[in-house]
Order: sequence, then C-alpha cells, then structure tokens
Amino acid sequence: MKAQVLVRLKPGVLDVQGKAVEHGLKSLGFNNVSDVRIGRLVEFEIESDSTEDARREVTEICEKLLANTIIENYEIRGLE
Amino acid sequence: MKVAVTLFPGSNCDHDVLYTFNKLLSADSYLVWHRERDLGNPDAVIIPGGFSYGDYLRCGALAKVSPVMESVIEFAGRGGPVLGICNGFQILCESGLLPGVLLQNIERKFLSRFVHIKVENNSTPFSCQYQEGEIITCPIAHFEGNYFASREELKALEDNGQVIFRYCDADGKVAADDRAINPNGSLNSIAGVSNSKGNVVGLMPHPERAAEQLVGWVGGDSGLGVFKSLLS
Repeated sequence: MKAQVLVRLKPGVLDVQGKAVEHGLKSLGFNNVSDVRIGRLVEFEIESDSTEDARREVTEICEKLLANTIIENYEIRGLE
Repeated sequence: MKVAVTLFPGSNCDHDVLYTFNKLLSADSYLVWHRERDLGNPDAVIIPGGFSYGDYLRCGALAKVSPVMESVIEFAGRGGPVLGICNGFQILCESGLLPGVLLQNIERKFLSRFVHIKVENNSTPFSCQYQEGEIITCPIAHFEGNYFASREELKALEDNGQVIFRYCDADGKVAADDRAINPNGSLNSIAGVSNSKGNVVGLMPHPERAAEQLVGWVGGDSGLGVFKSLLS
C-alpha cells in the first residue's frame, strides 16, 4: 500500500526556510501572509498484510529515520 | 595510537584529520569506508566534516544508519573516545550519541569564517591539553550549526559540565545574542558538547583546519590541542 508522511518542524522551532519564503512573498506584495512553515512530504510503497501492521511499521520508520523528534513532528497522512 | 577516520560519500575534511594525526602528531590514522563494519581495532574514532550523503533528509540522518556507524555506536558504548567535527557533530546528534540537534543558522546564511571558542571543560579526551577558559581560534564552515536542545536537556548539559566549547570573542567574552560572537545563534553559545560519560565529543568549528602554523594563516595552530589531547 501507499504511505504518505508529513514531517514538519514543531511549533516554536525556528523555521529559517519558512522565514525566507515569507520574505519572498512579502517582496511580491503578499503582505497578508505570515507564519510560513515548510514541511516535507514523504511518499512510499509498503508491503503489509493489514493497515494496522503498516501503520505500526510506518510509525517506526518515522521515529527511526524520517523525523528527528527533538525538533520535528510527523503525521501519517494516507495509508491505502 | 590508532585512530579510525570514517569516510562517507560527501565527507571532505577526512584528509585534514589524517594529515593532523599522521604528519603533525606521528599517530597512525586511517580511513574507514561507510560500508565497513570493521573499524580496525582503533583507540579512537573521528567523524570528519563534509556533507555526508549530500545532506539529504537532514544533515547526518542517513549517515547514522550506515554500517560503519553501527560499529562506532558500539565502540562509543564501550567507552571508546569519539570526536565528531562539523558534519561529524551532526551525525553524532542524529545517532543519539550526543544530545540536541543542529538547526539552520539563525540568519539563514552559510557561514565560512573564523571564530573564537572557549574551552569550558578540559576533562574530556579531546580537550585535556587545554586550560579551562583557554581560547581556540579556528574556522567554521556550515549552514546548520545552530545548536538546539530542549530546555530540560540544556539544563542537564550545563549542570553536568557537558558544554565543552562555547563561542566567544578574542578576549573570552560570551554573548549569545551577538552575531559577531555567536554567529549561528546556538543556544547558550554552545559550539561543542559531550555525552554524559565524556568520551563522545562533537563541535561545529574545525580545529583540524587550525592545527598548523602557516604563513599568513590567521588561525594559528591553537586547534592542534584537540588532537594532542587524545594522545596524552
């Protein structure tokens, strides 16, 4: 099945990429934009007998590699 | 003294470390490729700087799952001395051998310049040749050097004396909010930390690039003590 994981910096952790994009948007005239945060969407195929098993394994994948949980949260978006 | 220097695709300070040990200090240092599990029975391991695996995913994240790091983690667990410089520091944090993480520099710039760092704790195998408070001048060259740890972790680091190096000015003054002194925005001006046992140390500045006095080299050789410490 296909898994989608969204990894984002935790609220409160400075997102310098987000800040740079925000400055860019403001220089284009979008002055109503604020709090830009950049995340990373990771998609992959995973072979599994059940959605529960897959979810357990994807969680482990996130904890062990895809996210650094000191500064990032992850969200398993799709599993189908 | 045998020193293993790990080599990842994208490492670029490995030969500076080899030069420092083999030419300046007459030690026996050698490279260990990232696919290897056998470290060659070393007395110490150095993880050099660079951009391992192109910094994909996060700096150091892919290096931490390489075969060689399994052996380094085991070596560190047995109390073996391990030093990570720049990307090596990032790899040690990602591996969980050191607390905290290196965020992007606070002013969104790659920083390539000299800094001064103060030796805060001289009881580690990589700082024992210095006096406490002694100032080292060496270069930094990184985009992700902004040290971050949770409030609790930070307190534990400070209480246990695990802050080994701190950014300062030429006179030793520390000012966390002054970008001339703490250029990447690190919490508490932290430039280098150790684990709780003190055998694993990581720092962002490059002492191996300030290990030899060359004509016109403003850095001098004050970084050599990091490597000399290991031999003493």
